[in-house]
Amino acid sequence: MKARRPVINPRSLPVLITLILFLAMFSAGSIAFMGFFSLQNFLNLFIDNAYLLILAIGMTFVIISGGIDLSVGSMLALSTMVASSLLEKSHLSPVFVIPIVLAMGTALGLFMGYLIHAFNLPPFIITLAGLYLARGLCYVVSIDTIAITNEFWQKAAYSRIDLIGYNSLTPGALIAIGIVLAGLYISRFTKFGRTVYAIGGNEQSALLMGLPVAGTKIAIYAFNGFCSALAGIVFTFYTLSGYALNGKGMELDAIAAVVIGGTLLTGGAGSILGTVVAVLVYGTIQVLIMFQGTLNSWWTRIVIGFLVFLFCFLQRLFESGKNALVWKERPQETQVSSADL
Amino acid sequence: MLKALNRSKILWPLVALAILLLFNLFFTPNFFRMEIMEGHLFGNLIDIIKNAAPIMLLAIGLTLVIATHGIDISVGSVVAISAGVVAMLIGGDLEGNTRFPIAFAMAVALLVCTTAGMWNGMLVSRIGMQPIVATLILFVAGRGIAMVTTNAMVIWLYAEPFAYLGQGYLLGLPFSIYIVVFLLLATFLATRKTALGMFIEAVGINPTATRFAGINSKNILFGVYAFSGFCAGVSGLIVCSTVMSADGNNAGNLFELDAILAVVLGGTSLNGGRFFLLGSMVGALIIQTLTTTIYAFNVPPEISQVVKALVVYGVSLLQSDRLQAALAGVLGRREAA
Amino acid sequence: MSESAPILEINKINKYFPGVRALFNVDFRLFKGEVHTIMGQNGAGKSTLVKVLTGVHKHDSGEMLLEGKSIRPDSPLAAQKLGISTVYQEINLCPNLSVAENIFVGRQPMKLGRIDWKELNHRAEEALSRLHISIDVTQLLSSYSIAIQQMVAIVRVLDVSSKILVLDEPTSSLDETEVEQLFKVIRKLRDDGLAILFITHFLDQTYRISDRITILRNGELVGEFKTEALPKLELIAKMLGKELSEFSYDITGGESRKEITGADREAKNLLQVKELGLRGRIAPFSLDLDEGEVLGLAGLLGSGRTEMARLIFGIEVANRGEIHVRGKKKDINAPRAAMLAGMGFCSEDRKNEGVFSELTVRENIILALQGARGIFRYIPKKKQLEIADELIKSLDIKTPSANNEAGQLSGGNQQKLMLARWLATNPFILILDEPTRGIDVGAKVEVMELVLNLSRQGMGVIFISSEFEELIRCSTKIAVLKDKEKIAELSGEEMSESGIMHAIAGGK
Repeated sequence: MKARRPVINPRSLPVLITLILFLAMFSAGSIAFMGFFSLQNFLNLFIDNAYLLILAIGMTFVIISGGIDLSVGSMLALSTMVASSLLEKSHLSPVFVIPIVLAMGTALGLFMGYLIHAFNLPPFIITLAGLYLARGLCYVVSIDTIAITNEFWQKAAYSRIDLIGYNSLTPGALIAIGIVLAGLYISRFTKFGRTVYAIGGNEQSALLMGLPVAGTKIAIYAFNGFCSALAGIVFTFYTLSGYALNGKGMELDAIAAVVIGGTLLTGGAGSILGTVVAVLVYGTIQVLIMFQGTLNSWWTRIVIGFLVFLFCFLQRLFESGKNALVWKERPQETQVSSADL
Repeated sequence: MLKALNRSKILWPLVALAILLLFNLFFTPNFFRMEIMEGHLFGNLIDIIKNAAPIMLLAIGLTLVIATHGIDISVGSVVAISAGVVAMLIGGDLEGNTRFPIAFAMAVALLVCTTAGMWNGMLVSRIGMQPIVATLILFVAGRGIAMVTTNAMVIWLYAEPFAYLGQGYLLGLPFSIYIVVFLLLATFLATRKTALGMFIEAVGINPTATRFAGINSKNILFGVYAFSGFCAGVSGLIVCSTVMSADGNNAGNLFELDAILAVVLGGTSLNGGRFFLLGSMVGALIIQTLTTTIYAFNVPPEISQVVKALVVYGVSLLQSDRLQAALAGVLGRREAA
Repeated sequence: MSESAPILEINKINKYFPGVRALFNVDFRLFKGEVHTIMGQNGAGKSTLVKVLTGVHKHDSGEMLLEGKSIRPDSPLAAQKLGISTVYQEINLCPNLSVAENIFVGRQPMKLGRIDWKELNHRAEEALSRLHISIDVTQLLSSYSIAIQQMVAIVRVLDVSSKILVLDEPTSSLDETEVEQLFKVIRKLRDDGLAILFITHFLDQTYRISDRITILRNGELVGEFKTEALPKLELIAKMLGKELSEFSYDITGGESRKEITGADREAKNLLQVKELGLRGRIAPFSLDLDEGEVLGLAGLLGSGRTEMARLIFGIEVANRGEIHVRGKKKDINAPRAAMLAGMGFCSEDRKNEGVFSELTVRENIILALQGARGIFRYIPKKKQLEIADELIKSLDIKTPSANNEAGQLSGGNQQKLMLARWLATNPFILILDEPTRGIDVGAKVEVMELVLNLSRQGMGVIFISSEFEELIRCSTKIAVLKDKEKIAELSGEEMSESGIMHAIAGGK
């Protein structure tokens, strides 16, 4: 009994495209602008977008499982508020602040995950409400910006870890890279990670196969909450302040990164690596615009929007192309090839 | 009778609204007080419908989109685009002189927004993209477009006639509510007095079977998204007129979320199928009443976000099949299979 | 097939649902090393018995003994733990994982705290080769045909636990070659001593694969028989509780057909298809359909019958050939065009392509008619009800009222609902794709009699069925398809089971 090999391996293609996109952009920038092509410029992508990287890693797991989480931007903001408030107003030591903030994020994520799974409620609505909740709690903590003067924090913000030559990374970037590595390991080598894929592929089947669907689903949202909180802490290393309007729209940036990284919004397919490259693309666009100098930085939004369109369009084309190539025995809904009357 | 009401799904939203109003009746001083000042009605209730108007407009279009088992998360950004376009065309001249006639500016803004809706419609119906993905694009890019239109500045308007839209009164009531009622009525007639409503519901329940039944489901999908864009355009005009300014960054912020919530609270399921325009209006009123109640208690307005979230959780739980089944079991009643 | 103690013994099992007695004092035995099929109509208790065995339901009284020990599984997982493995018709696996991973997900071999992929793939290959299957286990499950996916499902459940294997309608989506492959695997498992419970509604397959048959009717046990000792007709009779002579339709099907062909010698031509084809879908074919004719499409699964029907109705658009309806050339580029030309189409996938479960029966019935009229010529509610009630009556659709949700109807009544929808549009030509699939014998008879009635009234019908007997009974002529090509057309005396089989066997 011979297998029918798919004509194109559907799994690696999207990531490859994203990678090519990134290389193309970086090269274009290097050619067009002086000083663009440098190791530090590359490392800056990680430094400046560390928070987004962490958010996107958590979001990748959520989306692979077939869910979605719209609350991450607000959770990030809440984390910055709580952290700065505890440091500056309550004068707690970072030794306590960091675990408290991380626990808070995890707990909120757990709460939402529980509601979603136990009562079969749509993730869209529940995390939407979570967005309101977190944003509102931000204002409860403080309406004004809180500047962080804590010594440890200041050190974390300004210190650099030197690498070869004059290039360096920040602690924030290192944390982000650590989460990336953790994400890679979890998705590939742990039962939990594989269960996430299974749930995204067919939740009903996963249940019948005896997989711990309930625990995994709730854990995914809890982990995402953890990532949001961690991203918030890393963000404060960057900005040294807590501000309630932080993170507005960041959830969309995270989702865009996941999509551009090749993960299907329907769930079941995707990779951490793709997400990482997508965040690099995002960062490169911003740097390009900055180097260009005259363009409104809001153009980043438009370009990202266009890229999301491009990727989804390609995914869609590929889906219908696959249907044409593979002979399906049962009748299926097929694309109508000309306009209806 | 109770069963029929329950099935019509408008019972619970009305009950929720009634509870809110009752709460205010007992606990908020002067909540229901209405005075006549400056020739029009004035009071908390008036504030509620006035502030709810932009969301209600969005909810009208969104109800039809959600009925087709779709979603449109770009409406907030389209509101910003509408405000930006109309403000740019009217111009911020301090004397109130306009660059283009106000009617023309409004028409162009509506055209642009309907085109944005058609873009969404094209992605969903012709290319076959998932609605959340398709509208995500405009959500992300739309705000950028709005900011580019206004050159990232807040545009202030001084052309008095334009203010009538959002701030004027007709027969004592805010003019904006007349716009809402008009659009609501027009939509209601179009969907219930023709086969359009049935076709929309059919598309939402089973798009394949709809096509096989000889109905042009693609055109229907295209149309509802275009209409949603149009509604967002109208909403943007009202928003701009109310504050006589266009802020590309903040206009329409979180509107899509409020609008979707309104539709869900009103009884239309996110899975598509049966839709309830009136229910969505009640839903929008619930959200606004909540916000106004909180203001009336001098609680920091930001708390309203927290309360909104808790309300959503509460309503979702109540509407959840699992919870209802569990409660039915506990109360000893059995749901007919 | 050892005749020692049965591995599974069910004694006097009772199961009640509100208002319904699903199982009444049912006995059942299953031995190691046999394939045992349970037969019965819808409502006979067949599926309830299986659900009690596999933990979906719990029996109310009586006992189940597995290897002598009393069991009462309260969930599919509990049943699995006891050693009762089930493979369902919908492959309950994850299409986005590899074959190897599907077999082992949740139980992946670990090394130093991480998944050992090499070992996983190796074990998967081993497990499959035990059933003489060798495929690339690292490919995604979705890249393989349903048949292979089913084998993977079998391998998985057997790897987890393996005292009893329950196969629930495994052959519904398979073509003949694949069925034989599956049967080879089943026979090997049986010869290795596994106890296999097989559920199917395909009579032929039952006779090919089972060693014993248990018949249920109305929740009660009719009897347990050795397959070789039970003639087919007797089986059907026992299932229906009738005597052979009571069958209302003629098995050799001469009478009604003669009526039609004789009376309508002057019949007008309704449909003329000339060399219609779609590259990659079906080879160009031609056919004619006159008033009062019933054209049966015969062929094995995958032969192209559905493709043919969908091409005629515009669900897929041909890239060559022409369609003429009543003498006029028509451009059928969408279902709407076909409908406006006077055609109707009942899909074989009622659930996903036909019924709107949340709409009322009334709305389901008038939808196509309304579609023809367009958005603005809305049919007033009163008229809608009139049309619906009339069709409900004439088709005998069992529903409390026209305003009930269509999803509450039984399979047979949903099929009639589909017919009602198209009859409301008064078509000249009606295309029915597997209208008798998945409905009980009584409803099948009703549908077939309806087809004959419609043709007597002058409608042209294209009728697809996997049961050759049904085709012979209802058709005035039969087109035979094989491998996406029309290879023969039979009429008159040629229309017999052997005639069809010969055409398929002897064709290109």
